[in-house]
Amino acid sequence: MSETDESTAGGSVATDGESPGAEGGDAADGASSETDLTEVMGTETDVPSGDDGGRYAPLEVEGLRKEFGGIVAVEDVSFDVEEGTLTGLIGPNGAGKSTTFNLITGMLGPTAGTVRFNGEDITGMQPHQIANRGLARTFQIARELEEMTVLENMMLAPKGQVGESLWRSVMPVARGSVREQETEQLERVWEVLDFFEIDHLADEYAGNLSGGQRKLLEMARALLTDPDVMLLDEPFAGVNPTLEKRLLEHIHELREQGYTFLIVEHDMDLIMNNCERVIVMHQGRILKDGTPTEIKESEEVIEAYLGGEV
Amino acid sequence: MSASDVRERFAGLFERDVTLVLAVLGAIYLAYLLAGVAFGYGLRGQLNSMANLTFYIGVFGMLALALNLHWGYTGLFNIGIVGFMGIGIYVTALLSKPPVAEGGAAQVGGFGLPLFVGVIGGVLAAGLFGLLVALPALRLQADYLAIVTVAFSEIVRFTMMSRTFQTFTVPDTIDLWVFTFDPTADTVGLGGGGGLILNYADPLEALLRGLFLWEPYLAFVALVQRTLIPNNPKPVIDGLVYGIVLLIGVGLFYLLLSRTGKSPFGRVLKAIREDEDVANALGKDTDRFKLTAFVLGAALMGLGGIFWYSSRGSITPPSFRPNITFFVWIALIIGGAGSNTGSFLGGAIFAGVLYEGPRYFKNLVETAFELGDAPRNFGEAMAGFASLDPMPFVLYTLDSVSQLRLVIMGVVLIWLMHNRPEGMLGHRKETASTVDLRRPGTDGASGKAAAADGGDER
Repeated sequence: MSETDESTAGGSVATDGESPGAEGGDAADGASSETDLTEVMGTETDVPSGDDGGRYAPLEVEGLRKEFGGIVAVEDVSFDVEEGTLTGLIGPNGAGKSTTFNLITGMLGPTAGTVRFNGEDITGMQPHQIANRGLARTFQIARELEEMTVLENMMLAPKGQVGESLWRSVMPVARGSVREQETEQLERVWEVLDFFEIDHLADEYAGNLSGGQRKLLEMARALLTDPDVMLLDEPFAGVNPTLEKRLLEHIHELREQGYTFLIVEHDMDLIMNNCERVIVMHQGRILKDGTPTEIKESEEVIEAYLGGEV
Repeated sequence: MSASDVRERFAGLFERDVTLVLAVLGAIYLAYLLAGVAFGYGLRGQLNSMANLTFYIGVFGMLALALNLHWGYTGLFNIGIVGFMGIGIYVTALLSKPPVAEGGAAQVGGFGLPLFVGVIGGVLAAGLFGLLVALPALRLQADYLAIVTVAFSEIVRFTMMSRTFQTFTVPDTIDLWVFTFDPTADTVGLGGGGGLILNYADPLEALLRGLFLWEPYLAFVALVQRTLIPNNPKPVIDGLVYGIVLLIGVGLFYLLLSRTGKSPFGRVLKAIREDEDVANALGKDTDRFKLTAFVLGAALMGLGGIFWYSSRGSITPPSFRPNITFFVWIALIIGGAGSNTGSFLGGAIFAGVLYEGPRYFKNLVETAFELGDAPRNFGEAMAGFASLDPMPFVLYTLDSVSQLRLVIMGVVLIWLMHNRPEGMLGHRKETASTVDLRRPGTDGASGKAAAADGGDER
């Protein structure tokens, strides 16, 4: 729900943007709070050095455009995400971040543009087809399957389960192979539960988990689909600082193992400190794409980010 | 699957479900037996009463189980159950009825195929219509699917009644490219408002013959005649044995559906019920799963309809009004959506207490208190209050208990919604997996203890 809300909101901002005069007044406000922003950015500690060499980019987005009726929510968005990196997608409310996510993962069909994943054109595919190609996502508001246990949530995720065909699950001999595969799968599930330190919750209903635990569960579940690239939609929203730190550690550890991340986030501080590349969206367009250092030096980003903030 | 884990699973099952089911069934049967004793039933009367009770427990159990696949597992709001039941039995009748005989009572004939072919045809047809309904309705939200299904079941009933489909004349030979059929039937059809006379072989006889048990069965009937019931015992025993066949049918439904539920397939169905977008984002083709589940459930409802009506002498369209759909829903809600054991228990309790119970209660009260005649209308019933005599009203209420049954069901439903919306067993964790999901390498209680300790450390 909230994604659509934001997309439509993004659209209205985008139409406003057609009259540049509207920006002027806000810019003055932006200047006054500029000190806050530099302060925020100054806290950067361990930005991974951006590798500018031509690394393989599994996810490429080109000329993406989405209209809702007459409202343009996303316009001419192009970027790519390189293998083994942590890329941040930031922008004020309604900038079109979540819409972009939904366009990439097939939840929405783009009006124009292409999304390529591992060299294959996945534009307009069904979400499950995209997920099965190795592009996993989490949701802005954690969407755990409430009346299923944590274990069931986890066991659901792995790809290529033979027991997902009805006859195999029911027929006497074939069911043996299902049991065999599930037993194998179970080991991996427990490994991941241990990794995210939610193993003590295994038998709980997912609906009984706290907000932060749900975020962990969602990420764990996405990880079990064995993705190449993970798209995390505001993974830190509503998460307390301790858990936030833990989540970040998990993400960094996974990145070192070769996973690729694209993270949508509101918290600039967090993105600047942890991502090697940052894409800034504003009013449905890409405003700036570069290393955190480049971003924080960009006048237009500072202006737009603060000026456009609701 | 080794012998030991078969035994372990069996023991585990016995601990929980079997005992519960037997206890509930035992209580219902005991109540009916005692009522029979109070009525002064002889052996024959008691057996008839048991057969009747078993019949309704069987059919409602089956239908509630089938509905549980749709609603309890997948969250598909199907209120067209009776439509699938109707298709099942009508197609069976059409395929298995003998051709019209000179001077016979039946105006409409059938293709005269063996009954088992008719049953298979009926189940397949119900499944096929399930597919037809589900295909356009898949993209609809729950409440719109409900409208489509209830409309569908009414279309089925009106089709049964329509004059257009009342009779068809079948040509003597049908040429279909290379195949040539030479059907025995000349007049077939749905019989219109008059319905169809089910003049095919007796289903029980056909079944027992198929299992080569017909001769032993006749010998058994003869034995009963010599020892227990001297006067024509066959209808009584037929009823009882048909009840047992129904219970075996319920067992097979249960086996099929609990295997379906406790599997990766069932896990995806549950995920669709909880949040279809998530299932989709995890790479599950949710449309395919919904379609499969809907078709399987519809086919089972067709089979339930066949079990219900095939041993009746005839079927007429008014039997397939939506109230049966809602009876099945009440049964499922009592038992607890999401639990297969609960669904069967719900079916049994609905049949024993709400469906057949009020009539027995009325007879019981009448036998116990030797009451006079009931007033003929509501006015006379209320007139008693003028002289502060509530008896006419009580008598009138008792007399109209079959009509009041629906009111009682409504009251029970409201009470349940307020106090226990999850039903008897809906709260239970019935983990959707073919294997035990405890941490591998630990067994039994120690596994749980270890997990709990792990939790405490943090």
